[in-house]
Amino acid sequence: MSLVNMIQQLLAGMGASLAIFVLTLLFSLPLGLIIAFGRMSKSKPIVFVSNIYISIMRGTPLMLQLLVVYFGPYYLFGMRLSSEYRFYATIIGFSINYAAYFAEIYRSGIQSIPIGQYEAAKVLGYTKPQTFWRIIFPQMAKRVLPPVTNEVITLVKDTSLAFVLAYAEMFTIAKQIAAAQTTIVPLFVAGIFYYLFNLVVAVLMEQLEKRLNYYQ
Amino acid sequence: MKLLEISQLKKNYHSLEVLHDISISVNEGEVVAIIGPSGSGKSTLLRCATMLEKVSAGEISYMGKQAVSTDEAGKAVYAENLQLKEIQNYFGLVFQNFNLFPHYSVLKNIVDAPISVQKRNKKEAMQQAKQLLEKMGLEDKGNAYPSQLSGGQQQRVAIARALALNPQILFFDEPTSALDPELTGEILKVIRQLAKERMTMVIVTHEMAFAKEVADRVIFMDGGYIVEQGTPQEVFENPKMDRTKQFLARFSS
Repeated sequence: MSLVNMIQQLLAGMGASLAIFVLTLLFSLPLGLIIAFGRMSKSKPIVFVSNIYISIMRGTPLMLQLLVVYFGPYYLFGMRLSSEYRFYATIIGFSINYAAYFAEIYRSGIQSIPIGQYEAAKVLGYTKPQTFWRIIFPQMAKRVLPPVTNEVITLVKDTSLAFVLAYAEMFTIAKQIAAAQTTIVPLFVAGIFYYLFNLVVAVLMEQLEKRLNYYQ
Repeated sequence: MKLLEISQLKKNYHSLEVLHDISISVNEGEVVAIIGPSGSGKSTLLRCATMLEKVSAGEISYMGKQAVSTDEAGKAVYAENLQLKEIQNYFGLVFQNFNLFPHYSVLKNIVDAPISVQKRNKKEAMQQAKQLLEKMGLEDKGNAYPSQLSGGQQQRVAIARALALNPQILFFDEPTSALDPELTGEILKVIRQLAKERMTMVIVTHEMAFAKEVADRVIFMDGGYIVEQGTPQEVFENPKMDRTKQFLARFSS
């Protein structure tokens, strides 16, 4: 297999990795906010459930969670799922795991906003949703951007865990080529691709941070 | 007409009563200064009147509309949300720490509540905000962000923000305590100007000379009680109570 051919195959796998990455962020970023609300809720049962959820998601391996999401429906309910479920299971597994981490980041961000901001909003007559979306959320978003960037960069590399479900993302393909050709070159090239991917992510996040620096 | 009427207000934190049977009324156009040592309950009283804290018992009404009443068991009952929302419109509050919104420009800080809370016309709200900024001597700061302003400028923006909602009564919670003496003057000048325009105000302050000059009535609080109240002359020059004399002795020199 020529180098060009290998790179072509890896790039195709990179497309799949990118799909996992984008879809996971699309679902986990908002889901994290809902879980953060749950964690800060006034209702004790909701807080309890949220805490258990975060505890399990952070306390067990993501690889195991992916396997549970993929095989769970069959072993628990005897459901026969189509082969497309492989992809859905990957997205669901990543999303529910990352949402737990984002929830804790959001919570720390929300709780770092001074109480005076809430009081000023209340006296000015803002409703609770208005207070959150107009006053608290924009300030929280700025504060949590550095830790969120950390998670996003980790996610780029974590997409390689989809190999446990034999989902054909970049790392799975690299391993297959490496095994067939008995060479580590494809793994090495894949490593370079992950690095370049993250370089782009880091630059984009830095730009976003700069853009939010219009106020102190 | 009585704009604000508070009667027999009590505030407990668990078993500790921090405000005991406070009764105050404020007439239209009146400037009331509340003085007293730290921990005397004057800020708590202001926070109860502006509904940032819940009272334990007593009555509060604005413009004859009851916000809080007391049931037979002696417990405070708040009016329904719709009524409270309406009452919320009657007053504004200026905080010790300004509490401006750091992510909004000065102009946006002032117009956001009129537009998104009071649903007023955007153009009209902008025009009013510009007039208010001019009045505060900040006409060139509309596009600045709060962090780019001095403390005195930030507090003036906070006053403009409160005035933009056209309140009937404006509360000040130690408006100059976070400012150095040079900047304090700017704020006092603005409050003096408002007093001249017959704005109804209740000011919690440590600035005795200012309270004496600007207030129509002075209330001295200590230990959660109103110890004495009267005109500035009565309270500052002929205090009746020993506690008032003792407190004011430190300022007379």
